[in-house]
Amino acid sequence: MSNNFAIKTIDLTKKFGNFTACDNLTFEVHKGEIFGFLGANGAGKTTAMKMLSGLLSPTSGTAKIADYDIYKESEKIKKNIGYMSQKFSLYDDLTIQENINFFAGIYGLSNKLIKEKSEVVINELDLKKQQNKLVGSLPLGWKQKLAFSIAIFHNPAIVFLDEPTGGVDPVTRRQFWDLIYQSAERGLTVFLTTHYMDESEYCNRIAIMANGKLAAIGTPKELKESNSSSSMNDVFIQIARGKNYV
Amino acid sequence: MKAIIAENLSKKYQEVQAIENVSIDVNFGEIFGLIGPDGAGKTTIIRILTTLILADSGNANVNTFDVVKDYQKIRKSVGYMPGKFSLYEDLTVEENVKLFASIFNSKFEENYNLIKTIYSQIEPFKNRLAGQLSGGMKQKLALSCALIHKPKILFLDEPTTGVDAVSRKEFWEMLIDLKNQGLAILVSTPYMDEASLCDRVGLIQHGKIMQIDTPTKIVQDFKHSIFGIESNKVYTILELLRTYQNTYSCYAFGDKIHYIDKRNKFDIMDIQNFLKGNKVENFIILDNVKPTIEDCFMDLMRHQ
Repeated sequence: MSNNFAIKTIDLTKKFGNFTACDNLTFEVHKGEIFGFLGANGAGKTTAMKMLSGLLSPTSGTAKIADYDIYKESEKIKKNIGYMSQKFSLYDDLTIQENINFFAGIYGLSNKLIKEKSEVVINELDLKKQQNKLVGSLPLGWKQKLAFSIAIFHNPAIVFLDEPTGGVDPVTRRQFWDLIYQSAERGLTVFLTTHYMDESEYCNRIAIMANGKLAAIGTPKELKESNSSSSMNDVFIQIARGKNYV
Repeated sequence: MKAIIAENLSKKYQEVQAIENVSIDVNFGEIFGLIGPDGAGKTTIIRILTTLILADSGNANVNTFDVVKDYQKIRKSVGYMPGKFSLYEDLTVEENVKLFASIFNSKFEENYNLIKTIYSQIEPFKNRLAGQLSGGMKQKLALSCALIHKPKILFLDEPTTGVDAVSRKEFWEMLIDLKNQGLAILVSTPYMDEASLCDRVGLIQHGKIMQIDTPTKIVQDFKHSIFGIESNKVYTILELLRTYQNTYSCYAFGDKIHYIDKRNKFDIMDIQNFLKGNKVENFIILDNVKPTIEDCFMDLMRHQ
């Protein structure tokens, strides 16, 4: 039924006591799509991401993630998604290879497969010389690229990126986006949050949350046109302030 | 009289050269932005100027006082908002502000007017513990605490990192207001788009200041012509242009690609033919695209 969708939610809602963090979210993310999920701090993005990644059970509504039911199959969801956040991604006191072994091991990949694939990944990232260095000694930009590669090491259907590119220089930030594009071309669905509004333009489609609700959804072009704005920054400032509910 | 003068500051942490021969000056009534990524040396400069660490070499004056000899005088006349939220999370909003006022021997009530426009936005939550505030509110509280002793110079280390675009906009409106009251503000940020809100900026990378000027002048000085390419196949075009012999640089910028050619004079048809020859059909090429600070920063990085 939902074969073309990596994510499909209907009226997805999460309440904490009297507070509705996510209010009837209905949207779809296509397979292989780069989907930007924006909103002001406190708009409900984190709660929504936690539900979509199987970490938090919704109060009501339905959702299918990678064809699995959000209530009954949350363990299967976890196996079929990858997650990377700026706050926590890798262990600084383990080497690059140890981090790969650790995370791939958690996902139950065989030692043989881990060995073969880490060679490919390390070569692709040009980290051969640093393979046995502690991750803590790497520049932030390399850490981010490595964290992304590890998040998709087990070949998930969807990867969730929570502000993946903070703090790096503009060239490094774009190199990270190359990785995103390459992976999306191979069929990976990318679901990401960012505070860089220019980056939101690189997404195929964008959803903007405001006060727990889905305030807008569309391609960057559509959102700019419907809000008569020339940049996503203007669109965001208009919508995230709470006008224009759909 | 300058608010801040730094001359040839250098600092090493073991083997890592954090900053090298950094010279900047900041006037009263001016916002000076240190713009650069993590690890560029922004925090080191701010820590030296706030007298928290010593430079290996070089001199600096803050509010006419020497950062080494007169560090105690400097501490009384500056406000500092560190990059990491450093207020007491187990005290309330109001307790935090009062604590910082009393540390500086001043009274919250006496200086309330100074922080009124900022503090009034969080005052409804004055009995809430600081640890339970949202990112935007924490930022306003931290700014209130940095201002409560009536400093003449304000140091802000990445105050808007991780903060959403709406709160960032509001925060900058507050800074511009403070500047208009005569404060000197040294602010660091990794967001290049915030450069245009500063009076002058220093673009910094790998511990070195690459350029200092007004944001307008930096953009005017950009010596290349940028062509914009719009398409729904941005990544395909980027990959192709990277293999094109005449490409000087090509990067995604929002909804278009910024393309710079190696040649001074050329026919735009060359690029069109190259792309069409590689089976890309749907694109528009615009000439005279205005450079942004980010274009300038990336070009300076090439020459570093």
